[in-house]
Amino acid sequence: MTFDAILEKITARFPGVTFTKGETKPDPFIALPKEKIVDVVKYLNELGFESLHCISGVDYPKTNTTEVVYHVASFQHRTTVCLKVILPRGDGQSIPTLCGLYRGANWLEREVFDMNGVTFEGHPDMRRILCPEDWVGYPLKKDYVTPDFYKGMPVPLYFADQGEAGDPGQPSPAGGGH
Amino acid sequence: MATLDTEQPLAKHQATENLRTDELLLNMGPQHPSTHGVLRVIVKTDGEIVKAAHPEIGYLHRCFEKHSENVDYMSVMPYVDRLDYLASMNNEQGFAIAVEKMLGLEVPRRAEYIRVIIAELQRIASHLMAFGTYGLDLGAFTAFMYGFRDREMILDIFESVCGARLLYNYMWIGGVARDITPDQVRMIKSFCEYFKPKIDEYNTLVSYNKIFIERTRDVGVIDLDTCKSYGLTGVMLRAAGFKWDLRKDMPYSIYKELEFDVPVGNGEQGTLGDCWDRHIVRMREMAQSVRIIEQLIDGIPAGPSRGKIGKVPKPPAGEHWSRTECPRGELGFYIVSDGSTNPYRVKCKSPCFMNVATLNDLSHGVMVSDLIATLGSFDIVLGEVDR
Repeated sequence: MTFDAILEKITARFPGVTFTKGETKPDPFIALPKEKIVDVVKYLNELGFESLHCISGVDYPKTNTTEVVYHVASFQHRTTVCLKVILPRGDGQSIPTLCGLYRGANWLEREVFDMNGVTFEGHPDMRRILCPEDWVGYPLKKDYVTPDFYKGMPVPLYFADQGEAGDPGQPSPAGGGH
Repeated sequence: MATLDTEQPLAKHQATENLRTDELLLNMGPQHPSTHGVLRVIVKTDGEIVKAAHPEIGYLHRCFEKHSENVDYMSVMPYVDRLDYLASMNNEQGFAIAVEKMLGLEVPRRAEYIRVIIAELQRIASHLMAFGTYGLDLGAFTAFMYGFRDREMILDIFESVCGARLLYNYMWIGGVARDITPDQVRMIKSFCEYFKPKIDEYNTLVSYNKIFIERTRDVGVIDLDTCKSYGLTGVMLRAAGFKWDLRKDMPYSIYKELEFDVPVGNGEQGTLGDCWDRHIVRMREMAQSVRIIEQLIDGIPAGPSRGKIGKVPKPPAGEHWSRTECPRGELGFYIVSDGSTNPYRVKCKSPCFMNVATLNDLSHGVMVSDLIATLGSFDIVLGEVDR
């Protein structure tokens, strides 16, 4: 099943809902409103996309958006489809949970919450998963500032004193340069 | 000296209605040999029976994704090594393939051959580790010694090939860091010759051992529906009887040209998808890996071992989701590029992360010892769970 066929089927199944095709290369994506994410993933399941592989959060300060990216895979069609919900940036963004459809969504969503600060409505256990529970801030936000201390202990981080993250002129902390 | 009155004390407590067993909250880990790293499982037990087990992860979190945003694509490679540190070569292959796809880069045939040979050797090494430590979990120390003996030979080959024994930084974007020499080819060939009969030996020693079967059959059963609901991949999925291997079904690199079988569990010792099935799928996969290496080792084409690529790769703006078959399941990389030298975002979807997530569902009403057997059969590496 090609990407366009999937998009066509979804558009036909949910009339009145805007699905935007994202022309990114090499993989395109389907952007959809957050209210429809549960229904669309459920419909994709009926189409044979039975496996929720990944949920990622991506922060875009330039366009002032936060994207929640879903990768749903199919065994029978041998392909993966990428769905995106584009939220406005800022604190307290929320999106419906997929825990009712996939049990694997539980931990995947917790990780997005932990790293990007997006909450999932109806999630049974919305806690941090990788960082300590009292950690402040969401590390994968682009404007995240690493705290100098955690419970009185200095945080030894390579990038703490190296200026803006992502500056290409910075020496790499390990590996690469040697 | 007071004598022990054997008649009296029991009779005192005959009224059992008031007797209530207390639930005990037990912390398994973070430093516990059977958790294979720093995993903490909060186990609620009633005597020997587990009521609930909540895995707590994050003790080995090293901000891989954040680090990746701050260095260029080539410099991410050493970090990728440290995800699943028992299968570093497979991780590197996965990341390299993802970036090459974004760059639209062809990898020289010689490099592809070397990569697949090395990746399959690493798969054997990783499965040997799984076999050894699983034996250890169940009280069979012998398996551990045999597994490590043979893994050592593979590590010697890797040391000769790239200079490191655990964290290699060997597969680079566009090819491999160093070409392999005829001497190393001979080493790999003699290892395959040596190792082929060993698999049967280990099966006799461990897999078909009566005690081992009794400990693992019907324990920790994960059926196909659970697998799909959790998005499990790799050995977990195949042990549930589902024939799915990315190398076969969505082939990357040169796997399309190779002949090998995909072993699946068939519940021959108990229930489909139990611990024994997962164990035997690993054992059988090792034989297939040897088969793959033998098909390639004599015909490595001449040519460069690394393609023409600038010092700092710069993929055009865009995004890519790539999956490769690692020993523990499908390793996914979601890479977003904004056209600069550093990745804008790297998301790593590790197979073990989902494997650990299933633990709570499997633990209701089982014995504590079965919980250990189940956890061991997942073959988790915490470096990959926590990233």
